[in-house]
Amino acid sequence: MQRWTIEEAAANPERSRLVSELLWQLADDDMIIGFRDQEWLGLAPHIEEDVAFGSIGQEEIGHAALYYGLLEQLGYGKADDLASLRTAAERRNSVLVEQPNGAGHYLESPHYDWAWTIVRHYLHDVWETALLGGLTDSVFEPLADAAGKILREKRYHLAHQELWMRTMAAHDPDSRGRLEDAWRRVQAWAGDLADLGPSGADFEAAGLCQSVESIVGRYHVRVSEMAGALGLPAMECETRQNGRCGEHTEALQQALDTLSEVYRLDPTANW
Amino acid sequence: MQTEVVVEMLREVGDPEIPSVSIVDLGMVGRIQAAEEGVQVDLMPTFVGCSAQRIIQERVVEKLRDAFPGSAVTVRFDLSEPWTSERITEAGREGLRKAGIAPPGPTLDDVECPYCGQSSAVLHNLFGATSCRSLYYCSHCKNPFEAFKPL
Repeated sequence: MQRWTIEEAAANPERSRLVSELLWQLADDDMIIGFRDQEWLGLAPHIEEDVAFGSIGQEEIGHAALYYGLLEQLGYGKADDLASLRTAAERRNSVLVEQPNGAGHYLESPHYDWAWTIVRHYLHDVWETALLGGLTDSVFEPLADAAGKILREKRYHLAHQELWMRTMAAHDPDSRGRLEDAWRRVQAWAGDLADLGPSGADFEAAGLCQSVESIVGRYHVRVSEMAGALGLPAMECETRQNGRCGEHTEALQQALDTLSEVYRLDPTANW
Repeated sequence: MQTEVVVEMLREVGDPEIPSVSIVDLGMVGRIQAAEEGVQVDLMPTFVGCSAQRIIQERVVEKLRDAFPGSAVTVRFDLSEPWTSERITEAGREGLRKAGIAPPGPTLDDVECPYCGQSSAVLHNLFGATSCRSLYYCSHCKNPFEAFKPL
């Protein structure tokens, strides 16, 4: 198979459009969940969890930076601008990752919800792992390389969330109740997570990813296995808004306002 | 200009978070193209999101510009061959131990304590002070320590 380099993808408008649509989903998911992770700094249940979530958040944003960097090389603008200045309607992250960590604000009375945070992050990690697994032989060479590399790191994220899921399920009735509650509530937002958006079939036809059915299938199998192992009900998700189509909740605007606040003060500043 | 000369220069560049080990011994140096008119070095990131990358890149550029004035210097990160923890050299593993960091074991559960050398450590936290490290507690000599993650 003839692989596409950056230059070959950039020179062909249809290839460039397809590659960019896939990269927006990857980049925006990681950027926004990385931001939500960072909002836990100083607030996580114990100090080592603070370190873990700081690390995971840094890695998510690092992965997003790589994807935005590829978009920059394809001619879509400066990576920092793509991360910080795009409007909510231009974002392609799932609505699940943009939801707040809980009630309150991280500066004032943050009544954040740890069980919700873990279940949400777990689903994100399962989806990203399934998706990256379907990109390691992508026709777009830089993405195939990145997927292979990032997959090695994702297994640590997934192991961490899975450990928390098992711990909450088994620890005591309180932790178990919180896990069950979060598992139920997350279904209202997770419908657009394992979704490659309106161009999914075109990604597959072009060889950008493996069959969409197999990627989505791997996600559902893994989530079902976890539900079975922990005695949780099967997940049936709703799609209220589809983030892959640019439909978002107010929570995304709030996240963007905060994460880009300093950058917007002077986008030409040298960091 | 020869590749070996460039490698020798890069032995003087350390990871800012682990100064005792050079980027050569960490296995971060990939392809080197050295010629009279210029030198290009491909670096392999240990972890994609590692915040030390930019600093390492700047240090390599600075080192090569000083060593080869007048030559064009290009230093980029390349993912075409992924970095794995098996790329760390024996000297690199020794340097890590000296810094109190256990070199990566074959699995997360098989790690030698850098203080007493026993393999009876308990994984305390997958995530440590940097992306590439985990936290352990040695049940033999009772020291907490960090270990490089196998990748």
